[in-house]
Amino acid sequence: MNLFNTILILAAAFLAVFGEAAFPLLRHWLGAQVDLLPVLMVYAALNTDIVTVSLLALLGGMWFDALSANPLGLSSLPLFAIGFVIYLQRELILREVPFAQFVLGAVASAAAPAACVLLLLTGGQEPLLGWGSLWQWLVMTAGGAVATPIVFEFFNWCQKAFGYQPRTEPSFRPDREIRRGRQKQNVNF
Amino acid sequence: MLKKKHYLALGAVTLAALLIFSLPQRATSRLKLATGSLFLPLFGLLNTAQQLPVDAANAVMPRRALLREIGELQGENQQLRIQSAQTAAMARENDQLRALIGWQRQTPWKLKLANVIVRDPANWWRSVQIDLGSRDGLRENLPVLTPDGLVGRVASVGYARSQVVLLGDPNCRVSARVENPAHDIGVIGASGPLDTSLVELTYLSGNADLKSGEGVVTSGEGEIFPPGIPIGQVVDSRAVEFGLYTEARVKLSTNLGALEQVWVLFP
Repeated sequence: MNLFNTILILAAAFLAVFGEAAFPLLRHWLGAQVDLLPVLMVYAALNTDIVTVSLLALLGGMWFDALSANPLGLSSLPLFAIGFVIYLQRELILREVPFAQFVLGAVASAAAPAACVLLLLTGGQEPLLGWGSLWQWLVMTAGGAVATPIVFEFFNWCQKAFGYQPRTEPSFRPDREIRRGRQKQNVNF
Repeated sequence: MLKKKHYLALGAVTLAALLIFSLPQRATSRLKLATGSLFLPLFGLLNTAQQLPVDAANAVMPRRALLREIGELQGENQQLRIQSAQTAAMARENDQLRALIGWQRQTPWKLKLANVIVRDPANWWRSVQIDLGSRDGLRENLPVLTPDGLVGRVASVGYARSQVVLLGDPNCRVSARVENPAHDIGVIGASGPLDTSLVELTYLSGNADLKSGEGVVTSGEGEIFPPGIPIGQVVDSRAVEFGLYTEARVKLSTNLGALEQVWVLFP
């Protein structure tokens, strides 16, 4: 794992939060804005280290809350919880399979807003809720599910195009070289 | 199995979140505005990008069309000047009459134009951010409106930008009066999460007789919004709590989904 991936994920989170706030087209069409932070968290939890997961949760959550009416830091906790659980179980997840990415994206995108609203209600706040919220939740879940394999593809492409690969050791080792030759054998005898 | 670094990460994030939650309100809002100001270069870039097609269209607009538009605007300007002079005379007369019967003198509205920068990315709030802040004299709870009607109020103020909670958000309640013979008064409260054009008018008296299409304006009783700002029109009404009081749905006169410029009203 290298620093490039961490910077790329954080930059993507920053741009994603800005895009969600500045371009409300999806909200006009579907009545809900899709959140890409849980999707990025799925990628980070499956492909990076725990430091990147923590940074994404803290910074991404704070950026989101700074442009929202949420209390600052509220979004960080659900994001980190999702990332932490996926990170701990990632050896058991077929991370290269698009269907697994799709399902994880759906679960993360459904869990993050639900946990945020629960935290708000626990804190005595009054978020805007109603039967329409179910539709918004479905849109966020479906949007996150669809976006996850695309995000994985994008990051893999970026990694190949801009990131450096770890140096691989060649199979050749001088101490295990088998020396052959008629002259040498003759000298030994 | 949790390793040491997992515990460290878990502890660090939880501690950071708890630390932010436990900060005083003032410090949190400053931190929030400071974090939000990281997006300022992107806001500027977006503004420039949006302005480019407008500038390009202006550059290729024929001179004849511009002259025609100038002529129309000059005519409209003269008409508005005459109306303004007439209104000023009426205001003077109104002030004299108010002074005669000992009523408080009405002060004219002072307005400041603001651009809507971003919308709330969370689906469970209804708020926007505008490009006016404390440097422009903004403070909390100032009313925000468009020529069509009321939009909301200023909720928090930063140096160069502010957050406005819109009508329909649970944090924006407005005392409203129905323009009917009884002048029924109620409270504009939260709306549904999907439809931004409808809000609930609650706590109307049980015998309120509302008709579809009747206008709803601010009553001025909450001391935040001056009286007479249009809010919308009654769509329908129903008795609730066994006729204890009446609720009505109000269609807002402003399209909150397409806000680009708003006016902040100074007292």
